Amino acid sequence: MATRTKEREELSFTVIDAIAHKHNVQPGAVIPALQEIQDAYGYVPPVAIERIAENIGVPSSEIYGIVTFYSQFRLEPVGENLIKVCHGTACHLNGAERIAQAIAQATGAEEGQTSRDGRFTVERVACLGCCSLAPCTMINNEVHGRLTPESISKIVSHVQEVQELAPAK
Amino acid sequence: MPWETDKKNGSWVVKVGLASCGIAAGGQRVYNALKADLIARGIKNSVELRRTGCMGMCYSEVLVEVFPALGKRVFYRNVTPERIQRIVNEHIIAGNPVTEWIIPADELDSLLSKQRRIVLRNCGIIDPESIDDYLAAGGYKALDKALHSRSPQEVIDEVTRSGLRGRGGAGFPTGIKWGFARKSPGSQKYVICNADEGDPGAFMDRSVLESDPHSVIEGMLIAGYAIGASEGYLYVRAEYPLAIHRLEIALDQARERGLIGESILDSGFDFSISIRQGAGAFVCGEETALVASIEGKRGMPNFRPPFPAQSGLWGKPSNINNVETLANVAWIILNGAEAFSAHGTEQSKGTKVFALAGKIARGGLIEVPMGISLKEIVFDIGGGTSEGLDFKAVQMGGPSGGVIPANMADTPVDYDSITKTGAIMGSGGLIVMDESACMVDVAKFFLNFTQDESCGKCTFCRIGTLRMREVLDRISRGEGKEEDMDRLEELAQGVKKASLCGLGQTAPNPVLTTLRYFRDEYEAHIQEKSCPAKKCQALITYEIITEKCPGCGLCAKYCPVEAISGEKKKPHLIDPDKCIRCGLCMSMCRLGAISVH
Repeated sequence: MATRTKEREELSFTVIDAIAHKHNVQPGAVIPALQEIQDAYGYVPPVAIERIAENIGVPSSEIYGIVTFYSQFRLEPVGENLIKVCHGTACHLNGAERIAQAIAQATGAEEGQTSRDGRFTVERVACLGCCSLAPCTMINNEVHGRLTPESISKIVSHVQEVQELAPAK
Repeated sequence: MPWETDKKNGSWVVKVGLASCGIAAGGQRVYNALKADLIARGIKNSVELRRTGCMGMCYSEVLVEVFPALGKRVFYRNVTPERIQRIVNEHIIAGNPVTEWIIPADELDSLLSKQRRIVLRNCGIIDPESIDDYLAAGGYKALDKALHSRSPQEVIDEVTRSGLRGRGGAGFPTGIKWGFARKSPGSQKYVICNADEGDPGAFMDRSVLESDPHSVIEGMLIAGYAIGASEGYLYVRAEYPLAIHRLEIALDQARERGLIGESILDSGFDFSISIRQGAGAFVCGEETALVASIEGKRGMPNFRPPFPAQSGLWGKPSNINNVETLANVAWIILNGAEAFSAHGTEQSKGTKVFALAGKIARGGLIEVPMGISLKEIVFDIGGGTSEGLDFKAVQMGGPSGGVIPANMADTPVDYDSITKTGAIMGSGGLIVMDESACMVDVAKFFLNFTQDESCGKCTFCRIGTLRMREVLDRISRGEGKEEDMDRLEELAQGVKKASLCGLGQTAPNPVLTTLRYFRDEYEAHIQEKSCPAKKCQALITYEIITEKCPGCGLCAKYCPVEAISGEKKKPHLIDPDKCIRCGLCMSMCRLGAISVH
């Protein structure tokens, strides 16, 4: 998944149109097409909603209705790193709120926000399905389990350090 | 024993559990380290390193199973890359198992002796990315048997006779459901596998898909043959990338081998399967909403009848089964209805898979015969609570289910007995709670979830749950009124009666069961303005125990609101006016110097 913000600058109609065309022939293609758009850009840009509507031949309000119905879709670009804080039952019982607090401390972003420097987007999710390792959190598609506020703070600063050391892409 | 040995004679087999839990615990790193180590020692050819799925003992991840050339197989638990060298050196090379890292035999025995594995028959045993492994374990033999020696009606009769009921939660008899779809007129029919496991605290379907994807595919093929369908959809939630990945691999392999496609096994039966990713809406677990979602619409439920069996996907007859239901099918066809119905109770046949989590010592994926008591699950299999506190309750069925208190732990696990308690069997999430759980908080937690996930179609579900949430919020803030409990019950009945689908009809269950069994806790919040479990933030205060505080400053460093102050190496103080009661300081303190009242 593209979580790097740079790519949002490179919105190109060709990519969007190619995705829309690919799904054009299938009935019920809107959701898979939107999923591919989000995979490519990290979010669903408003312009993509218009293009898909045109390509598939439905009103854009209908597409917008779908995008806002499903929690998977984002209408805002994400930061360089995407953190999903699990608030499933097992995580809730094992202190997910404290983990969320520690992440907010470490990143400067509360749940539902992107940090000012654009490094982190923090999302609240219903369940990652790794309940035996509760509390857990997903950072860029990798699940970290058996967390404590201290360990998650360390993991977040480690992500920061590694990226600061890496040459800019 | 549920895990049969499958090693080749004379060689060592080492398996690493690589389902999501294992990977999250560092399983891939362990696998890579093992591989590198075996290569470096030049014993790669005499030791077969294999990937497998969920072994079920998630509390011990990363798990590595070692089958010696001679002697007994063992499970190493909490394996890290650093431990690999010693395991290889001492066990594989010198022949002396590293006993302190092995799961003791008595623990394994209490964990496994009450389990019976039908759905999980291959989980943690075969390589989920290898169709040859599945075939070697008897895979696709049931499909062959159904296609060549059973008529579709005979397949349906067999499944009906087995007593298999829908494992997604509602418990409708599977064979009867198939019969409806078969009888519906029409040449185009669909089989849909519901893998939109949205309950928080449930991971059964994910584990099955990640560990044994072919068993679900085979179940779909048999269902397709039985009802006369030629197309199938696997509706998997997008939050399960590994399950989707392994399903894609499995589908490709099955296509290559002619197990999916035209005239499967030369029988003249055609069937294709495609994957649809659920985009994150809990309500899509409901059949009609799921159908709407596959059709590319907002996933909102519709009035039934017509049932999907009459008019489902694209208006055609459709049969929708959950992952676990389908994973049972091949076993039933191969072993016969009687072998299946030999397990379980009069009304609930077979086994049930549970995701055991929460404050439990041995959390993981288990499969038990129906009729086993909750006590046996929590204590014998699960090993009791995890942090030494008293067992308080189990929560079954997630947001649609309810809480069953410790004093009812003798309740047998079957559809009817569980329903009588006010909870539901549900899809298999079983969350154990100890004394640290506040039941008002638990009710609020689930209601928040259903309120968020309500699609908004029915007024009672959309607004009724919001009003209930407001009442619960006020109770947990210590601002509850005497009449609030009655008000909650009244609203709950309204939401149950006036909602179209299962989401709304069951949304009040967590509130109703906590009110029924833990009324005293509600009363404490309302009358005494206190939270007995010390959970509700507005009703608690954190304090530093002066005698225990060495003044390390760690709590002050992490306090998000700078409410903690003090000189270095001297006891610190919390300013109650600044404190937001997040409890971060308590988690951080290594000396237990922070108390909560």
